Amino acid sequence: MTGADILEVTHLSMTFGGIRAVNDLSFTATRGAITALIGPNGAGKTTVFNCITGFYKPTAGMIRLVHADGRDFLLERLFDFRIAKRAKVARTFQNIRLFSGMTLLENLMVAQHNPLMRASGFTVLGLLGAPRYRAAERAAIERARHWLDRIGLTARADDAAGNLPYGDQRRLEIARAMCTEPALLCLDEPAAGLNARESEALSELLLSIRAGGTSLLLIEHDMSVVMEISDRIVVLDHGVKIADGTPREIRDDPKVIAAYLGSDEEFARAEMEGSA
Amino acid sequence: MAPPSSDARSTAPQAGFAFILKRSLISAAIALALFSLMIGVRTEAGPTGVLIYWTRFGDLALLVGAVFIGSIAVELARAFVGPVDIAGRMPEALREILAALQRFLVPALLAFAVLIPVIFYQQRYILDLSILVLTYVMLGWGLNIVVGLAGLLDLGYVAFYAVGAYSYALLSTTFGLSFWICLPLAGILAAFWGMMLGFPVLRLKGDYLAIVTLAFGEIIRIVLLNWQSLTGGPNGISGIPRPTAFGIPLTAGADGLAARLGIPFSPTHRIVFLFYLILALALLTNWATIRLRRLPIGRAWEALREDEVACRALGINTVVTKLTAFALGAMFGGFAGAFFATRQGFISPESFSFQESALVLAIVVLGGMGSQLGVALAAIAMIGGFELFRGFDQYRMLVFGMAMVLLMIWRPRGLIGHRAPSVYLERREAIAADLVKEGHG
Repeated sequence: MTGADILEVTHLSMTFGGIRAVNDLSFTATRGAITALIGPNGAGKTTVFNCITGFYKPTAGMIRLVHADGRDFLLERLFDFRIAKRAKVARTFQNIRLFSGMTLLENLMVAQHNPLMRASGFTVLGLLGAPRYRAAERAAIERARHWLDRIGLTARADDAAGNLPYGDQRRLEIARAMCTEPALLCLDEPAAGLNARESEALSELLLSIRAGGTSLLLIEHDMSVVMEISDRIVVLDHGVKIADGTPREIRDDPKVIAAYLGSDEEFARAEMEGSA
Repeated sequence: MAPPSSDARSTAPQAGFAFILKRSLISAAIALALFSLMIGVRTEAGPTGVLIYWTRFGDLALLVGAVFIGSIAVELARAFVGPVDIAGRMPEALREILAALQRFLVPALLAFAVLIPVIFYQQRYILDLSILVLTYVMLGWGLNIVVGLAGLLDLGYVAFYAVGAYSYALLSTTFGLSFWICLPLAGILAAFWGMMLGFPVLRLKGDYLAIVTLAFGEIIRIVLLNWQSLTGGPNGISGIPRPTAFGIPLTAGADGLAARLGIPFSPTHRIVFLFYLILALALLTNWATIRLRRLPIGRAWEALREDEVACRALGINTVVTKLTAFALGAMFGGFAGAFFATRQGFISPESFSFQESALVLAIVVLGGMGSQLGVALAAIAMIGGFELFRGFDQYRMLVFGMAMVLLMIWRPRGLIGHRAPSVYLERREAIAADLVKEGHG
């Protein structure tokens, strides 16, 4: 289902001192699709992510997010937590950032902070034990259970998140982001450090999230994952977009092959073919 | 404690004898360097103003020897009863008994607290001590919100205690307002100052936050000391009205509570009333904290302690979250301050020195950050224990300090270091202390 674009990035630039990490970048992400942002190390992918999710304020450019109901948000003007709260953009981190001393369930409850906060009458009603809040809390627990079911970790709901194996932590972080009910889910290298079987499970999870109507934007190094699930790929190199298209188009683009793995064209081609 | 089993010993840090000897020799050398002038040479002004001195090498040798043997003992203690998983080594049955004991510990403590005035009615000293302990339990629980839950290191908590005390003292002596009107006002004013402190320190973390909060505590004390016209400066405020039992004074007069109830008047009535007042205030703090932990705001505090960046990515307003932690912690400090003022009848800036902040923080850290029971036990141990060691005279501080060092070796994360989850699906299981973060600002 392709409709209007959910995300429009136009003329985005980000400089750190004299270094141009992102230079006049424009791309769009299609609603209800998986868009991948790839490129060699230092291409500026994470910088773009941080601009979209409000952790950096871009030096120049516009980032426009359009919800399905037509409301639009200029992300470069929203600050900090408001991007997640109002514009409904959720993200995960390259180095997993779970609340390790809290249980899996608690992690997913914290993600539902804003609706629960409203239901608890900004703590006042909740402190008095109002039935409205209790109902909202039960619903939140049900939502958390739903996501635990989907990532297959319901049995460990009451364990500390820090005790999970690495691959499970990655999936929990995605579930936690999904509990904020995002319109756009941004994943920073979700397959990093996963074995082949875990990558496979991850791909399935991401496809099921897409089927649920959430648009995804991901940075990924694992070509097998990118080629398998992406509807669209944007390739960055040195902060500039060098290609944009379907996985098939990207795979055959000589510019991408040259940039992505340097001059070693044979190896690059093998890598791309191997993931086909 | 169970004897160390072989597998536990293999996981414990294996400090070799040479290592222990080396550490102890270094400690002894430092002690020698420090004490050779402090203890070894004694100087005094002679009768004609000339400097006379004599040496005390015997004492010096004794002290250095004590440091040497003491550090061997500490290293050995660290190697064998160090931070090891005692619970993991216990047999299942013993663990169940302990769990049952733990379930009964809280109701038993509570029942005992309620019965203290009945049991010790004739012993004024114990009643006074219990009131003091409960005041610190309440302060510890208040600070626990800021330090234990939100992970914001606050070294100036006494400032809010002072704001509460002076609010009550000034409002009651100037406007003649009753304790029960002043109590919420004192809490609100303290919460207001908590937010005032919160705003400038929002961007600070860790050590920097600690230093600024420390400075804030000192600013409040110095303002109280120097604003003569309002606070009376170093003379403080005296003649602060005693609390009334909801309007009925606790005096010997005809309209006093004793006369109305038809029982003979005793000055102990007031003490008992104060005891139940602080018990109620402390329990209110405890109830609110337990309740708040299960609400989104409490979970956000703990999430903030665990990872602030992740909180922002989930759409949590970290500014508001931090400010509410500061404000609520300060509010309970303010309540405790108002109680302190009405109990003493006289307050001066002297009561609100940095030492108080340090003591309350020590209670929270010793008890195990975030644990309500741990904080209460630590307050009993710190304040009550300090009184217990009175028999040691001038060595009291030494014994007390050593007890704290040993406790920190044995339980580096406080008496109760593990964390109870705020919500659960199937089973409620404590989270091991090493997974729970301490917060970094």
